[in-house]
Amino acid sequence: MAAQDTSPAPEEVAAPTMAPHGTDYAAIAMRRERRNNLALVSPALLILVVGASGPLVVMLIYSFLAAGDYGGVVWEFSTQGWFQVFLQRDMFDDTIGFADAHLSIFWRSLSLAFITTVLCVIFGFPTAYFIATRPPEQRSLWLFLVTIPFWTNLLIRTYAIMEVIRNEGLVNTALMKAGLISQPIQMLYTDFAIMLGMTYVYLPLMVLPLYASMEKLDFRLVEASYDLYASRMNTLRRIILPLVKPGLIAGSILVFVPCLGAYVTPRVLGGGKRLMLGNLIELQFGQGRNWPLGAALSITLLLIVMVALLIYVRNASRQGGAHG
Amino acid sequence: MYRACEGVGKLQATVTQVQPGERAAARLGTGQGAVAIALKGVSKVFGSGADAFKAVDDVSVDIRQNEFFTLLGPSGCGKTTLLRLIAGFEHPTSGEIRLKGKDISPLPPFDRPVNTVFQSYALFPHMTVAQNIAFGLEMLRRPKSEVQETVDRMLKLVRMEQLANRRTSQISGGQQQRVALARALAPQPEVLLLDEPLSALDYKLRKEMQIELKRLQSETGITFIFVTHDQEEALTMSDRIAVMSEGNILQIGSPREIYDHPAQRFVADFIGESNFLKAEVVRPLDPGAEIRLPSGATLTAGVPEGMRPAGSVTVVVRPEHARVVADPAAGALRGRLTNIVYFGTDTHYHVELPQDGEFIVRMQNQRGSEASFETGDEVGIEIGDGAPQVLKD
Amino acid sequence: MAEARRIRPFAVRHLPGFPTMALICFVCLYAPIITLVMFSFNESMSMSQWGGFSWRWYVAAWENERVQQASLLSLIVATCASLIATTVATAAALGTTRTRRYRGLTGIYVLINQPLMVPEIVTGVALLIVFAMVKVWTGYTGIGYLILAHTAFCIPFAYLPIRARLESMDATLEAAAADLYATPWMAFRRVTLPLLWPGILAGGMLAFVISLDDVVITEFVKSGGQDTLPTYMLSQIRRIVTPEMNAISTVFLAISIALVTIFFLLSRGKKQ
Repeated sequence: MAAQDTSPAPEEVAAPTMAPHGTDYAAIAMRRERRNNLALVSPALLILVVGASGPLVVMLIYSFLAAGDYGGVVWEFSTQGWFQVFLQRDMFDDTIGFADAHLSIFWRSLSLAFITTVLCVIFGFPTAYFIATRPPEQRSLWLFLVTIPFWTNLLIRTYAIMEVIRNEGLVNTALMKAGLISQPIQMLYTDFAIMLGMTYVYLPLMVLPLYASMEKLDFRLVEASYDLYASRMNTLRRIILPLVKPGLIAGSILVFVPCLGAYVTPRVLGGGKRLMLGNLIELQFGQGRNWPLGAALSITLLLIVMVALLIYVRNASRQGGAHG
Repeated sequence: MYRACEGVGKLQATVTQVQPGERAAARLGTGQGAVAIALKGVSKVFGSGADAFKAVDDVSVDIRQNEFFTLLGPSGCGKTTLLRLIAGFEHPTSGEIRLKGKDISPLPPFDRPVNTVFQSYALFPHMTVAQNIAFGLEMLRRPKSEVQETVDRMLKLVRMEQLANRRTSQISGGQQQRVALARALAPQPEVLLLDEPLSALDYKLRKEMQIELKRLQSETGITFIFVTHDQEEALTMSDRIAVMSEGNILQIGSPREIYDHPAQRFVADFIGESNFLKAEVVRPLDPGAEIRLPSGATLTAGVPEGMRPAGSVTVVVRPEHARVVADPAAGALRGRLTNIVYFGTDTHYHVELPQDGEFIVRMQNQRGSEASFETGDEVGIEIGDGAPQVLKD
Repeated sequence: MAEARRIRPFAVRHLPGFPTMALICFVCLYAPIITLVMFSFNESMSMSQWGGFSWRWYVAAWENERVQQASLLSLIVATCASLIATTVATAAALGTTRTRRYRGLTGIYVLINQPLMVPEIVTGVALLIVFAMVKVWTGYTGIGYLILAHTAFCIPFAYLPIRARLESMDATLEAAAADLYATPWMAFRRVTLPLLWPGILAGGMLAFVISLDDVVITEFVKSGGQDTLPTYMLSQIRRIVTPEMNAISTVFLAISIALVTIFFLLSRGKKQ
């Protein structure tokens, strides 16, 4: 039936002899399987291309166009968008200098993301270790307790933090009642608030991968370490930490990447004054009316994220290779 | 390579002759040829280019109806691939597979009147025992009454009537094995394929199931193709055995032929224990040949079918076909006893030969006849006439 | 013997300070949420002074027309997006697991997981750019854009649990079905689908929660006048906040937690 379309697939070239009747059923079966697989994945891929990946390509094109006066773009080639990412032309003497405002936002984004990651490690590591050392039947319950905040609305969690640290909020009221301070401390709308909020929001992302690698930790190795005269500190540093490193790296990437692109948390807790990259990007599509710059900034952010992910993938594959 | 040997231990199916499935009958005709499955020059190559791996290499074999046929070999020898080719999960790169004379190569697994007992059993975990057994019949759209009747018969056949409504996860490994068998037998296939079905069972259960399998085969009269790497299993259950290595069938024959007259060194080595000796062919006999061992002793030896032995050859002697004697001059070989290992039913004597290395003799222990050998003794080894077998390689 | 019993056994797994730190962590994770829930029942406007129990803010939220509209839109979008995403993700999982590796498989994985890797803000503005164009060309400004965007980023969340379930299933089951005369379709209906069902349900549930929670992408994709509950809340947070927000949040939390708990129980069931 399908004997006519039997051009040998690459896999089958090595076959020394064909079946006497000239039909290669292995190749036919393989092609049928491949056709089925493609038919099964194509609806998902179509939606993803239209609703996620394709627009990224369009955005790349937009970053090389000129800005329209009232938002949008003018369809002519321009590198202005990319130029403005880090540089600016002085209004009066036309000299080129660094765009200080942008640089400081890049710097704030990177440093806040970094500090948040470190804070998440400091809080997340003992938490993950604590869960991993519970009796097995308790573990999933503790894990569930970590997971719940993770799956509840990010905006609501940010709002909850906001309520706690605002001037009339619980912390300030309590401190004033205790007589420790006479005036509320301004915490909301500061970098501290953003950092606190992001740590709170992304902590589960650190705990989950850390737990995953700690669960696999063979505690006989820890016993061996103590047997060989190591103190608790040395055991932690020389045995436990190296063994859970893959989880630590995974967690750090998982926290660092969304922090870098954070939009809601700085908007709510930074009060629109303490901008991060996400807010700067949004600004170009709102009041800034500079779509090419917004597109270029987005792609810059995407590139930074990709670099972080690449480091992670290379690390993960090396770890995988080392363990066979 | 394939040698047609008629009338080898063929089981007489005393129970009702099973009718082939309706669909099968329509597709294949009801011709009752002697050959159930014929493989002709079947090869299977996985991958391509430098990664190409020839799992099955130009295999030809006829498997007769009502036969208990075993594919025996070490893991990776291609026996499971061969089974999957017959079942239709893989398609041959070249060659053809005939079921009762009809080429089934193009048919998908669900159009082949062949059923498989999987190594992992592959019982459907969301169905009961009875539902599992009924599955194939339902897929064949058999009338409900017939399905029910067959399921009951199968449950009885494998002695699982009590557990019909249990989930498959609630029964023991041995019971799962029986359900897998019943499920594969229920549609009354032309051929039943068994992929190491006993490997997951413990020793005692395995022994029981070996007997059970033989019983089922003779009661149903269905051709069994059985894959195993366990030589003992193969020897005790099979009508014929095909020994495989690296995608090739090395030898086909009855268990006795394979064990007593291995044609190649691999076969001799893989099945049972072996002593290999160099020898010179003195003259061919009919059957066999007269050979001379390096020690000077001459013996008659078996010779593989179709081989004309001449010059220097390798012969194999099974450890139980030799005897240790106290007088070094009395035996065909002489050597120094290096080790005596007691096994309960028998004792192994390791004898260091001057030329051929170590020779192992196995002798049965009998009350009151405890031999008084000691390590270090110079001993003789008696080998019976006809015990050595000349190898092709 | 007696002496040995008095010595405390050495706890191999113990690290000093770690349990304390962990407990602090759990308290900090839940304290703000519990505060938020508590003050949703506060009679007074205050977020720090307890003025007695009251349902007043729930009533206010219930009667707020904009909240009603936003809730309805949230539910419609989340339902449509999670249904479509789960369907196509199930198909995609079937086409990418339990098969020989084929060329392009890695590319397919990357494409499916892409929404997990790209920051939401980037996807958001990219969609803004494209949909702005499409809106001008077609004149259509309905909720189709929201459903499409939500479906796209829900796909990996639906895909991952379904794929995990498929991979943990015995691969020979379908082979056994085929061996027992089941056509591919029958094997899927009678064997694969019933076994896969918990995975599909879990995937759908996750997709629903993710869609319900989304702020950033919705913010950029929505047309004027369209608001889901999260974008409505975001616009309100910048103004004066009343405990009405707490009431809405509490209901929202309850729904999310209920769904996540079901998901948790479903995925636990599969291991046993």
